[in-house]
Amino acid sequence: MKKKPILHRIRESRLFWPLVALGIIFAFDAIFEPGFFKIGILDCHLYGNLIDVINDGAPLMLVAIGMTMVIATGGIDLSVGAVIAISAALATVLINPALGNQLITNDILTKDATNTPLPIIVLVCLAAGTLCGLWNGWLVSRAKIQPMIATLVLMVAGRGIAQLITNGQIMTIYYTPYFVFGNGYILGLPVSVFIVAIVLVLVWIGARRTSLGLFVESVGINAKSTFYSGISDKNVKLLVYTLSGFCGGVAGLILSSYVHSTDANNIGLNYELDAILAVVLGGTLMSGGRFSLVASALGALVIWAFTISMYTIGVPSNALLAGKAALVLLVIVLYSDFTRRFMNRLFERKGSQHGATD
Amino acid sequence: MAPQTNLITSGVQTRGAAQRIKRFVFNNAPLLTTITIFVVAYFLAGRVYPAMQKPQVFFNLFINNGSLLIVSIGMTLVIITGGIDLSVGGVIALTSVASASLLQNGASPFVVMPLMLVMGIVFGLVLGLIIHFFKVQPFIVTLMGMYFARGLAYIISLSAIPIENSVYKSLALTPITIPIIPNAYVYIYAFVGPILLIAAIYLSFFTRFGRTIFAIGNNEQSARLMGLPAGRTKIAVYTFSGFCSALAGIVWSIALLSGYGQYAPTMELDAIAAVVIGGTMLTGGAGNVIGTAFGVLITGTIISILQFNGTLSSWWTRIVVGVLTLIFIGIQSFLYRRGKRS
Repeated sequence: MKKKPILHRIRESRLFWPLVALGIIFAFDAIFEPGFFKIGILDCHLYGNLIDVINDGAPLMLVAIGMTMVIATGGIDLSVGAVIAISAALATVLINPALGNQLITNDILTKDATNTPLPIIVLVCLAAGTLCGLWNGWLVSRAKIQPMIATLVLMVAGRGIAQLITNGQIMTIYYTPYFVFGNGYILGLPVSVFIVAIVLVLVWIGARRTSLGLFVESVGINAKSTFYSGISDKNVKLLVYTLSGFCGGVAGLILSSYVHSTDANNIGLNYELDAILAVVLGGTLMSGGRFSLVASALGALVIWAFTISMYTIGVPSNALLAGKAALVLLVIVLYSDFTRRFMNRLFERKGSQHGATD
Repeated sequence: MAPQTNLITSGVQTRGAAQRIKRFVFNNAPLLTTITIFVVAYFLAGRVYPAMQKPQVFFNLFINNGSLLIVSIGMTLVIITGGIDLSVGGVIALTSVASASLLQNGASPFVVMPLMLVMGIVFGLVLGLIIHFFKVQPFIVTLMGMYFARGLAYIISLSAIPIENSVYKSLALTPITIPIIPNAYVYIYAFVGPILLIAAIYLSFFTRFGRTIFAIGNNEQSARLMGLPAGRTKIAVYTFSGFCSALAGIVWSIALLSGYGQYAPTMELDAIAAVVIGGTMLTGGAGNVIGTAFGVLITGTIISILQFNGTLSSWWTRIVVGVLTLIFIGIQSFLYRRGKRS
């Protein structure tokens, strides 16, 4: 009799489905690509496919954390990809304000130096993301525009703004200390992992150790009744969109540092869609309400574990999109009412059989 | 806006012509604003850049934005039901690659074109069925459609395929002179959008199907309780959008005479922006395909202005379209709140 509640609890847990998905992907790798799990040590840091999954997935995890909170309030943030582009563009321009159309000798352009101190670059990068989030939050909470439409504005205009900042050039970064965010290692692990961990822990403390998380959930379930119970639903919404923008800013920092350049047209492309997918994989309902930050981060890892597994078995990166479609279809089927009913029936029947034999 | 308009006007006693004009203006405010902005923008552009006064520039709007117009018409109907279709750009890319690849292997264009349309219809139908039967948000399902279509396009070919077929070439390169206006011409494929527009106007305002679309967008549950075929109509709307996307893909591959998986990268965004600028509510229930056509024309005018200016860079298109979207969202939410209060 004791077994059933535990089984039930595991199945009800938010982390169950993302972990199952991760398990399936890793089992697939274990069969088809036994070398996948090899982790070696190179120059005092770890390397291997698993490390790549975490390092490449870090920006998506960050964006998914912000997106989780937004979706928990019943909203959506379509602008994160554009926010990534804007903050990355700003950081790149601050390092080297020499634009491509000016006549400058090559060695000035490719010098390992910066025109702005690194802390200021980081601050501006984060501030740009936060400001974008604030703008979205203002549109949603104060101007009372539907979230999908409000963030669509920045999604459309954002990449234009980013191109305006970089003057349409693909800007390459030669300043080595900047690379630490995307390529650096602390204690053998990528720096990006620590950044994600810090953000995740801070947001988790904010959401679960204060009543803010409850506020977010109650706004997602019913904004009006939240307002009547004395909570400013406006400020809660403003906060979550600002947080999402901030996360986008951090992701922009890591991404531009990882690829050593900023291409305003392509950096963070489709991140909003991937982040939404990660959140849905994590079991947070698109209609708002209960959320789980860790499950969303795991969802992001599932996406990247899938991506890197496909790379290792030699699927071209462009054709991978079709694989992603299969992943989304799987999510749709798994989370549908039909499957849920089927699972419930399966487990309940088992339970009653146990009861009968007892 | 029309079905709502009729309900409102028939419910209230109309007093005099002035009152009626006022009500007409108020009820069609988004559409009228769109048309005004287009006329004013085009007129001002003509004053600043005299070369834009040539009639050919106006016809170029239809030549250059043919695919966008077709896709936006399908998107309008989807958005009126309260849904969204993110798969349109992917389907255009898939259609262009698939038809280019088939033509390269010697298939007849008269087989390829219907085949592509059938593919688009089936694609939209499957998305609609998933949305209806699994009760998943259209956003997620059509996102899957986008990934699938683009992935399939890359599986067919990783690089661009040229189209050498003589029928496609003659369709692409035969200019048709406009009767009254001198020195003005269009290509055959520029007619597809306007013809589809007329069909969509008929479909959305003069058929039972069109009324059902508006009813679903206003309140799906009450539409169903009224006995309207809500599920069937929703599936049909996504099927129609799939058809439009495939049609746009054919037009695109004729206009560019090639197929490539990277074509139309932000088409879904441009289409949604055109629909919003055209005065359709993204919440569903109110909208107008005529407005969408003007939304597309406004986007085209902005691109033309940037081209005639020469010093402004292409990214200003995106910024201006974003700002225009914002303005129209502002107008919509203002009207919505005013309508709610009264």
